Amino acid sequence: MQDANGHSIAVDGKTFGDSIHGSLKCNDCHSNIKEYPHPDQVAKVDCKTCHADEASGLSGSVHADSKEHPCTSCHGNAHTIFPKTDSRSAVYPLNVPKTCGNCHGTEGMAKKHGLASVYPLYVDSIHGFALSKEGLLVAANCQSCHGSHHILSHKNPESPTYKSNIPKTCGSCHAKINDDYMGGAHGKAVAGGNLKAPVCTDCHTAHAILQPTEAAFRMQSTPICGSCHTDKLSTYRDTFHSQLGSLGGYVETARCWDCHGAHEILPASDPRSPINKANLVKTCGACHAGANLSFVQYQPHANAHDRKLNPALYFVRLFMNILLAGTLTFFVIHTLLWLIRSRYNQIRDNQSRNDQIKEKSKNGGKNA
Amino acid sequence: MEGKMPDLEQEAAESRRHGGTKRFFMRFTREQRYMHAVLFTTFLGLAATGLPIRFSESIWARGLAKAVGGFGAILFFHKFFALVLTLAFLIHVKEIFTRGILHREKGIFWGSTSMVANWKDAKDLFGHLRWMVGLGPKPQFGRYAYWEKFDYWAVFWGMIVIGFSGYAMWFAPFFAHFLPGWALNAVLVIHSEEGLLAILFIFSIHFVNTHLRPDSFPMDMVVFTGVESEEEFKHKRPLEYERLVREGKLEARLGEAPQTWLINFSRVVGTIAIAIGLTLLVLTLTAYFS
Repeated sequence: MQDANGHSIAVDGKTFGDSIHGSLKCNDCHSNIKEYPHPDQVAKVDCKTCHADEASGLSGSVHADSKEHPCTSCHGNAHTIFPKTDSRSAVYPLNVPKTCGNCHGTEGMAKKHGLASVYPLYVDSIHGFALSKEGLLVAANCQSCHGSHHILSHKNPESPTYKSNIPKTCGSCHAKINDDYMGGAHGKAVAGGNLKAPVCTDCHTAHAILQPTEAAFRMQSTPICGSCHTDKLSTYRDTFHSQLGSLGGYVETARCWDCHGAHEILPASDPRSPINKANLVKTCGACHAGANLSFVQYQPHANAHDRKLNPALYFVRLFMNILLAGTLTFFVIHTLLWLIRSRYNQIRDNQSRNDQIKEKSKNGGKNA
Repeated sequence: MEGKMPDLEQEAAESRRHGGTKRFFMRFTREQRYMHAVLFTTFLGLAATGLPIRFSESIWARGLAKAVGGFGAILFFHKFFALVLTLAFLIHVKEIFTRGILHREKGIFWGSTSMVANWKDAKDLFGHLRWMVGLGPKPQFGRYAYWEKFDYWAVFWGMIVIGFSGYAMWFAPFFAHFLPGWALNAVLVIHSEEGLLAILFIFSIHFVNTHLRPDSFPMDMVVFTGVESEEEFKHKRPLEYERLVREGKLEARLGEAPQTWLINFSRVVGTIAIAIGLTLLVLTLTAYFS
């Protein structure tokens, strides 16, 4: 059955009866249809008549444009809407990512709104796996962080994804980590209004969150810390820890948070900090069996170019550099001169030998 | 005369045809040749597994690490080659000790057959440089010329320095008992700089001085076969030749003409070694200057 515009107006009574609106009569929603034949102009169904709270949430959200985002764009066909606890529902926790992904998994979003295609990132993330592989209903899906009807831009200070709100948002599941984080240097800075300090998503990313013990995450974590702590990154790069770690595949070498901690990052002066002098033997000993007090004198961020900070190392490096440059410079000159001279003599000797042979054959010709 | 040396294989073949009229003289014993073989194979191995660590940020480092089975494997092979080379070094030191100190053999620590530098080497260096720029005659070299002695001592010193700093990193908690804290930082700088010097020196200076220069091009086979022809001997080390003639010891140094298979085998091995070395040299230079 079709209407004048060719739209199907068939409704499956059985499915509709099962749906959350199954007990409603047709004209509870189609309010101006009272008799048959129907009026020429059928009024648009207005969900807000019943769902006022949701409608007002939506109207202030990024999805406010009701033409682009009718209720049905997320909840599906109006006659087959199920409660969100029903696995047939488009907004059942396990179905939410796919529902949002209908729009947020396409490159078109990037062009139209300047938004990244985040659905593929989420699917491969630790949350995505928990949801799709384990079917964990508590695993974070889109609306766990973004909300459902009143979704706001991350630039809006009201939004749960606004930078300073992120610890609380993630902390609604990761409560212990949130406590640790808020006690650490980064958490305190963010709470104090310093929005340059990292929140959860700066290190873990927002959608492509990896298991932190995974090689890929261990490989990507150091440059993230280094994007703010540039001086520490460059001195770390000079160490064996970094040289080993940069090659990939071998993930056990110390990264920033193996020594500094990840969430409750404390300054070295704090007696609870893993890099406090009193704790170094234990911290280094986690990898280096037999670490002792003299072993932990090693400086993981020594700067061989800083004469004031690391004088001994500075002069060792200087000596080695001069030795290398001096030896090579002398021998490169020595060898080049030698090569040129040998080649010159070789050509000269060949020339004179050829001349002798020519001379001989000339004489031989005369005598014959 | 500074002409190109006649081809060793041709010489050897000719020598056999003419019932051995051409004479070959021993320069290196079998043990010394094996020592060189162990030295250059482990050195190539150490360089190939050490450079990716030194230049771990460069584009080829990860590829190379992957090719040998990831980073764990590269470190394993590095340590394995280090152990073999350490063993060879200890055998060499024991040999010097036995011959020079226990048996009081002459010419180990001093004299014309010794590796120890003397006044003549200093004069030879300046004389050689003067000859290169056309200001004097070519010096007459003995059993070991000054650059050969430098090669020897560079390797000797290098093995002590690189070896010690390497083991200090490998067994850092143990070395920490008697090294100051800053030394644990310094050993990496020392290890990598000295290693880099060794790599750059061997793959450029040693290769050219010993193998690629016109007198020996494309490679000096004597370290593989142990012998060189009388003509080459006289030309390269006239003083040594004269000394042996004078002391009546020349005949005692007579060796067999090298077998064709040995020459071919050495040529293949030597070419591969030089090719690997030059490749590593290029990779090092690209990483260093990028």
